[in-house]
Amino acid sequence: MRMLKFLLWKELIQIYRDPSIIMILFIMPMIQLLILPLAADYEIKNINLGVVDHDHTEYSRKLVNKVVSSGYFRLKDYSPTFQQGLKAIESDKTDLILEIPPHFERDLVKENQASLFVAVDAVNGVKAGLGGAYIQRIIQGDNQDIRTQWMPEQRLNPQPVIEVTTADWYNPNMNYRVFMVPGILVMLVTMIGSSFASNNIVREKEMGTIEQINVSPIKKMQFILGKLIPFWMLALVVLTVGLLIARFVYGIVPLGHYITIYIFATIYLLAILGLGLLLSTYAQTQQQSMLVSFFVTMIFNLLSGLYTPIESMPAWAQMITRFNPVSYFIEVMRMVMLKGSGLADIKYQILALVGFAVFFNSWAILNYRKRSG
Amino acid sequence: MKPITVENIVKTYPAKNGVVTALKGISFAVDKGEIFGLIGPDGAGKTSLFRILTTLLLADSGSASIDGFDVISDYKQIRKRVGYMPGKFSLYQDLSVQENLEFFATIFNTTIKENYDLVKEIYQQIEPFKTRKAGQLSGGMKQKLALCCALIHKPSVLFLDEPTTGVDAVSRKEFWEMLYRLKVQGITMLVSTPYMDEASLCDRVALIQKGELLSVNTPKGITGEFKKPLWSVKANDMFRLMNDIKKDASVESCYPFGQVHHVVFKTQENSKEELERIAYTGNYSEVEINLIEPNIEDCFMALMQA
Repeated sequence: MRMLKFLLWKELIQIYRDPSIIMILFIMPMIQLLILPLAADYEIKNINLGVVDHDHTEYSRKLVNKVVSSGYFRLKDYSPTFQQGLKAIESDKTDLILEIPPHFERDLVKENQASLFVAVDAVNGVKAGLGGAYIQRIIQGDNQDIRTQWMPEQRLNPQPVIEVTTADWYNPNMNYRVFMVPGILVMLVTMIGSSFASNNIVREKEMGTIEQINVSPIKKMQFILGKLIPFWMLALVVLTVGLLIARFVYGIVPLGHYITIYIFATIYLLAILGLGLLLSTYAQTQQQSMLVSFFVTMIFNLLSGLYTPIESMPAWAQMITRFNPVSYFIEVMRMVMLKGSGLADIKYQILALVGFAVFFNSWAILNYRKRSG
Repeated sequence: MKPITVENIVKTYPAKNGVVTALKGISFAVDKGEIFGLIGPDGAGKTSLFRILTTLLLADSGSASIDGFDVISDYKQIRKRVGYMPGKFSLYQDLSVQENLEFFATIFNTTIKENYDLVKEIYQQIEPFKTRKAGQLSGGMKQKLALCCALIHKPSVLFLDEPTTGVDAVSRKEFWEMLYRLKVQGITMLVSTPYMDEASLCDRVALIQKGELLSVNTPKGITGEFKKPLWSVKANDMFRLMNDIKKDASVESCYPFGQVHHVVFKTQENSKEELERIAYTGNYSEVEINLIEPNIEDCFMALMQA
């Protein structure tokens, strides 16, 4: 016990004396949490719109006005022909063309129907998809307006229309940050857990100090615990800083208990630190361990459901995410913060993480040798 | 029961083309309280042997024991009773002198107070800097601190891997004085060094070359094995002189040694006359020819060629 206490003391002194670690530990998460959620927004705004109006009537003008006033589109180009409108897309001036055919108003009034043409630049898939959807919704809304305008006296709609009303549960305003901040927090804790601990052990290898430890009667378990606990504590501190930022900067108050988050984070960190330890038993230089942990955390983060929903991944990728501890933590963070889930609701995730922790740590302990062959 | 016994230790490392044999069946034994020197050039296998004896490395074959404990089966016992000072400075550079010492005392389940007597004399020399970080110490002070850390758990056998490499002459002398004081306390020491002049400071030395022991003896014994007379030659143009001497058929070896050349002849007769003749025909000036006593380095050179 005295030995373990001393190992921890030594580790904390070393961390405290290394100003770069402190900087990375506290400044990096703050900057990431303050910048990323504001910048990396899924909502697509400022789509550059090109209009080709062959009709030039009140209806066509009204339609264009409606599209522009939605806030999603900026009218960038107004061309007389479709060819010229396409040129604007080619030169990247616009992202989307709305072509209003000649006699649009006449057809709509006389024949009760008219068609519009929308061409979208699909180089950026997300922008194209969302832009197309937005404009469709606006045009549909416009259509509805016109219909109500024409048949004000009719009580019953002769043509029944199914109207869909949506209510967004758990995040009623569809606030993107509420959903993104917990995820980014998980990403940060993961980076600290996996790369800091492994780098620290590999540094001892590089300095040769591990030789001195290996010739001592110190037990494997004590050595590994002496490395795990300080970084486990540090990661929890960073998590706390992140939760404070979430609360006071973004006003995100978790619906569930903070205790639930900490209990899960504790188990999660054991798994991630175990992974870091495992890397360190294989790596010989800090460069190796940095690159490998960078690679692993990148894959974990991209396949975690932070940026793209897991449900929309192909089946094989969904299989991979089951072996990704990060995806469980992101899921749990969102569940606890937005839905107010308790321990009972996340027992399946806890179980999975306990499995990861046991797996990574036992592999690391088995592979850590005080002597070489 | 000898503190260190080594029997037929073989160690190979995998290499690109086949294997590199670092140790080719080495055997020797060290007596209690002895300073045993392992002398050999870089790459002779000294560090491999140290790592095997300190239970950090497994040998391919052969056996070794420390204080009667086998390095493979009883490694836990060995780790309690050996001190190891690696060739490369490997203490925590970002911890202070005192913190390093405390750390190593703790991981060996002891305290500084308990064994302060043993390190007192050495530690007092670095005590004025005890709050300084180890990375900021001078080379000699680093070695003293490393020695303190290796001694703090009162080991019965001390392994010193090139402790004086890269240390200035004064510190080297001080360091050896410290080793003598430890010897008085009954600590057995295995010291490796690439410096031949340090060999005469050991009780016994083993000359090691390419993984093989050339000779194990006392420093006196080793120089005694050198039977042929040894000549030192000095003249104005040393480089040309060496070439001229080497050309002579009766010369066995000639190598530079400080400001002179050391020459050994195949036969023992008329060697001085032969050297004088070479000097005369080559028109050398300021010629000095002396018969000298061989030292360890001469023996090493002779054994290497044998």
